[in-house]
Amino acid sequence: MGMNIVEKIMARSSGRSVVRPGDLVVVKVETAVLTDMAFIADHSDKLKLPKTLHDPDKVIIINDHITPPKDLATAEGVLRSRTFALKTGVRFHDIGANQGICHQVLADHAYALPGTVLVCGDSHSCSSGALNCCARGLGTTDILYTFCTGQTWFKVGETVRYEFTGELQKGVSAKDVFLYIAGKYGDHVNCNIEFGGPAADSFSLDARRTLSTMAAEVSVEFAVWEPNAQLAEYVKARNHRPFQMTYPDPDAAYLDVRAIELRPIEPYVALPDKVINNTVPVSQLGEKIKVDQCCVGSCANSTLEDLEAVAEILKGRKIADRVRFLVTPGSQLVYREAAKRGIINILIEAGCLLTPPTCGVCAGLNNGVLAGEEVCITATTRNFKGRMGSNSAKIYLGSPAVIAASAVTGHITDPRGFLEVNSK
Amino acid sequence: MKITGRVWKFEANINTDVIMPGFTQLLPPAERPQHAFSPNRPGWTKLVQIGDIIVADKNFGTGSSRPAARVLKDLGIGCLLAESINGLFFRNCVNEPFHALEVVGVIDAFQEGDVAEVDFDKATVTNTRTGQVLQGQVWPEALLKILNAGGIMSLLESEGLLGDDYI
Repeated sequence: MGMNIVEKIMARSSGRSVVRPGDLVVVKVETAVLTDMAFIADHSDKLKLPKTLHDPDKVIIINDHITPPKDLATAEGVLRSRTFALKTGVRFHDIGANQGICHQVLADHAYALPGTVLVCGDSHSCSSGALNCCARGLGTTDILYTFCTGQTWFKVGETVRYEFTGELQKGVSAKDVFLYIAGKYGDHVNCNIEFGGPAADSFSLDARRTLSTMAAEVSVEFAVWEPNAQLAEYVKARNHRPFQMTYPDPDAAYLDVRAIELRPIEPYVALPDKVINNTVPVSQLGEKIKVDQCCVGSCANSTLEDLEAVAEILKGRKIADRVRFLVTPGSQLVYREAAKRGIINILIEAGCLLTPPTCGVCAGLNNGVLAGEEVCITATTRNFKGRMGSNSAKIYLGSPAVIAASAVTGHITDPRGFLEVNSK
Repeated sequence: MKITGRVWKFEANINTDVIMPGFTQLLPPAERPQHAFSPNRPGWTKLVQIGDIIVADKNFGTGSSRPAARVLKDLGIGCLLAESINGLFFRNCVNEPFHALEVVGVIDAFQEGDVAEVDFDKATVTNTRTGQVLQGQVWPEALLKILNAGGIMSLLESEGLLGDDYI
């Protein structure tokens, strides 16, 4: 019996010929990442750090959570992060030309290498599965273990394979596909996801990242895509380190193989407070749901493609009165490219507020905090109670197109009507 | 190790943002536990006694990498028993260490206020009211080693790998 993608990467990284679900493997880590949050929050009173790094060449520090700092305490934390990075000489992304949300930065520079293991102190690290990388979020102390030893452990889980066929409707995106899956299939605790199938190539790297990132919300271990030729070109152009495109064996075993026909999928939203088994098509919402704040950003929806989707709807339109629309480009690189293409101008003219490329809005840390009873529709990662501010605020999740359409009308809106008008 | 405690029950898909609300990440660790579950169960932490046990449905701890397991440990929770536990949260339990077991059937086997007796190493759970015994997932040897070392930071420290802050 053959192996699927995760099993093959686990086998190669642990020096075994075969790995099966249930095995506890100790693996060599190719890339280990911490963000400013580790230095600000986790053990802020007594953070102990490695005396020496096992291999500084494999370590990256990215300031993205509360950068620039919002108060003295976070400023001290960010300073600890900066000092650690500069003293150890590791790859470091601080405010400047190449700063951004860590998972976007890992994609921008192809730091996440196909066929390797990556660990990062942020829970959405499965994002880099879009680059055919076994990537996973771990706690700060777990990452410090890797910094010291160059390795980590995994209990290999069963894998669910999603096979995409057909074509998405105009106005429907990877975020809707995820919300459809989360609503229909629920949690994937202790399991991996493998994405592939005849229509997999219709998902760009940006779109793949949305699905892999959001997989964290169904409690996945790894969320890995089958690679393609474009991925190899993309990585080679950005990172000279060796990598190994990893495909599943034809006779690989899966817990389940689920065919997803793309055509019938509509724009979806997740209703407030939880993602799992809590999503509905916008067309079935019934009543008009008025919104106070709209957001597009986070590691799930801050790519160039996401900003383009917003601009496509906002071009020549204005945001509704008394609605606030916060947009977060995923990185300075995405920001620059969006500016070059005229996207940023369209957003500003329509009335959007552009934020620094950080986690601030999504995690309610330093931007866009919600007051009591306010309603927010957001293309970010989580809708958990209290996440963006008040416990009585209501957070709906959707795609960038749904958020943009909702910002224009002032209530949660299916974007397909807007795009039909545009194309006439 | 044997753990005995009074049971509190929680539903499926409990997330880290309710266990450890975002704003508490910026508080000193000692001030975090009092806010546990404040979004969905305000006032609960005042009722908790040292050694109490959480019994939860599927997918406990979904969400962020924040040290939410530490919050439950510091609150005095003796053990977490859940139908299933989010993988990242479980690793944080191992690393603290905080006793946590996946036990299929546990959510139906207990009512709130029952007393659970846990033989942690064997992963067996007994309801003292009904006498029902459940078998959970035993921790692999490698993870018990981290538990017995007092957590991952203690393990690294005992091996001389940690230093002081770089400032």
